[in-house]
Amino acid sequence: MRLSGAKALIKSLENEGVKVIFGIPGGAILPVYDALHDSSIRHILVRHEQCAAHAADGYARASGRVGVCMATSGPGATNLVTGIATAYMDSSPIVAITGQVARHMIGRDAFQEADIIGITTPITKYSFQIQDAEDVPRVVKEAFYLAMEGRPAPVLIDFPVDVQREEAEVDLEAEIPPRANKLVKEPHPLQVKRAAEALLNAERPVMLAGGGVIISNASEELRALAELLMIPVTITLMGKGSFPENHPLYIGRVGMHGSAAANKLIMEADVIFAIGTRFSDRSTGRFDTFARDATLIHVDIDAAEIGKNIKPDIPIVADAKQALKAIHDAVKDLSRKDTSTWLQRVKDVKESIEKLDQRPADELSPKNVIREIRRLLPADGIVTTGVGRNQMWAALYLEVYHPRTFITSGGLGTMGFGLPAALGAKVAKPNSIVVDIDGDGSFLMTEGELATSIVEEIPVIVVIMNDGWLGMVKYWQDLFYGGRYCATCLRRGVPDFVKLAEAYGANAARPQSLQEFSRAFKEAMSSDRTTVIDVWINPDEPVLPFAPPGRSLAETITDLREVMRGGG
Amino acid sequence: MEARRMKKPFHVISFIVENKPGVLFRVAWLIRRRNFNIESISVGPTENPGISRMTITLYGDEPVVEQVIKQLRKLVDVVKVSRLDPDNTVIREMALVKVHVPDPAARADLDYYVRAFRGRIVDLSPDAAIVEVTGTPQKVDAFIELMRSFGIKELARTGATALPRSPKE
Repeated sequence: MRLSGAKALIKSLENEGVKVIFGIPGGAILPVYDALHDSSIRHILVRHEQCAAHAADGYARASGRVGVCMATSGPGATNLVTGIATAYMDSSPIVAITGQVARHMIGRDAFQEADIIGITTPITKYSFQIQDAEDVPRVVKEAFYLAMEGRPAPVLIDFPVDVQREEAEVDLEAEIPPRANKLVKEPHPLQVKRAAEALLNAERPVMLAGGGVIISNASEELRALAELLMIPVTITLMGKGSFPENHPLYIGRVGMHGSAAANKLIMEADVIFAIGTRFSDRSTGRFDTFARDATLIHVDIDAAEIGKNIKPDIPIVADAKQALKAIHDAVKDLSRKDTSTWLQRVKDVKESIEKLDQRPADELSPKNVIREIRRLLPADGIVTTGVGRNQMWAALYLEVYHPRTFITSGGLGTMGFGLPAALGAKVAKPNSIVVDIDGDGSFLMTEGELATSIVEEIPVIVVIMNDGWLGMVKYWQDLFYGGRYCATCLRRGVPDFVKLAEAYGANAARPQSLQEFSRAFKEAMSSDRTTVIDVWINPDEPVLPFAPPGRSLAETITDLREVMRGGG
Repeated sequence: MEARRMKKPFHVISFIVENKPGVLFRVAWLIRRRNFNIESISVGPTENPGISRMTITLYGDEPVVEQVIKQLRKLVDVVKVSRLDPDNTVIREMALVKVHVPDPAARADLDYYVRAFRGRIVDLSPDAAIVEVTGTPQKVDAFIELMRSFGIKELARTGATALPRSPKE
């Protein structure tokens, strides 16, 4: 078929099943946008390219499919960078398409030229620069394959504008050449046997589920194995959603702001079975203190994650789903050691920690607001977050029951992620209610996407935990810098988020009590327009528990006076 | 160089890559990104068009070498990574050394050293010579040390390249 490069690109994207592209046009991508005009693919015009990448990322995380974003050359492409890096750190599959100056102008510092492949090499799994229109279908196929294969990641396609215009004989069914570099997905039988033995003989076993369990759609398998062996389950921040948090075996989340129970219990375990986690320092505390005396089983699809931060005793390079199935098969007919003492201990620790909570239940506090959101939001409702205290409160207080219903920037910690990711998630799951739990500082970074949500009719609910500060940084200044607030005060009321939201045509509310919040949230859920709920919270609200940076999870504190004494 | 002075074990990693644009960039970036302290890297075509061989040598502890290999394996264009056993591997490096030889006595000395190392003088001018020497990186190191007595004007090394020996019956 004779097609221009641009038309071949759109046809190839259609062949991949792409339904939506988030982007902003510009000079060096115009032929593609012209071809898009005749396509069934929906284009969502965002207000900043960073948000195109975040929205594609949110779409990918909510749906499990590749998200697509598009920008022009130069500044359009460089604006994508933060979004691509965010997706890369959290292993989210997106394909970013960038316009590029014409081939003969590349390297001449042409107008709006940027070496986007060079700039994004460290944050993409792979990148292509299309040199010939006939290569388009193969490149698109390969890009989508690579984005999803094994550990998902962003892939970039850089498309010079003259190749977009160039006509060529194009084979839309072109096959991708087989790769010699084959990925191992099945677990090694010997390691499965060793893992099974370790789990059956464990006295104090704990399972630790990371984002890999969600990516490989292995939640059912995780739950089946945990229930079969009666092993308590903890999760990482990225693993939120991999295991139902109302399950009796759930012990809370580990990490710097994890639950005190989980941090305590994982340090007492004699066998830790970690699945699909890369042992981020935020999850493990000081590396040399984590799992020091425990037998560590580590499943990951990425061999380079095995032993990168923590050296396991039983390494299993495999897809999480397949590894969990194999271990389930290996243990199902065998008897396990009696762990009733451990399960009693787990129960006691959980209960003793729940008792610590003495605050009034009707206060307009982050905790109560988030609990209220959970109470009102259907189980399949999706929550995204900003970054900072809002994110940690959401992670602490929002029980999540299903995979792909909690979307947060875990690895990169990108402020401004919440709203554009919420839009992406809503486009992927139009029948789910999508809530962005955000902070005022975070929200301000990408607030322009309210325009996208109104114009493109993508209704979401934004709940701003408004303290008038860069709250998490202020919190650290309080704890570790003697309360010297350098550059953290934003001044509450600037802007007035209610007026701001109304200026965009969104609904808005500023509740003065928890009851008013509930009313506003219920109205928001039934509205077909985006709503911003501006919740003024106490700027001194702590984030607890806290395992201070560079310390062991065993040093998790639940009372701020302990931090002050420790001196940081 | 630091790892080498600290007498860490010597490793040779040989890997073949698809000859795609940017593959050298990705490998170089990876080494920088993960803070791997390598001794040398060399690259060249193989018998198979479209495939190149790269060789990395480094001094380092086991976990570091394992990480290098695993991270290399992750790169999309890397086809195969092998760790070569230095005792069972032919390792060669070539160096060109331009030395200061202003008088006949110096030239005679130079000739003596070059013969001892089975090198060759490949260029001569009234007061300088370029010597070519090939061998293991350690041999090349030793030769360069000797050349310092003449005064090295310029030096170029290729970095090591290597192939495993065929198994013996």
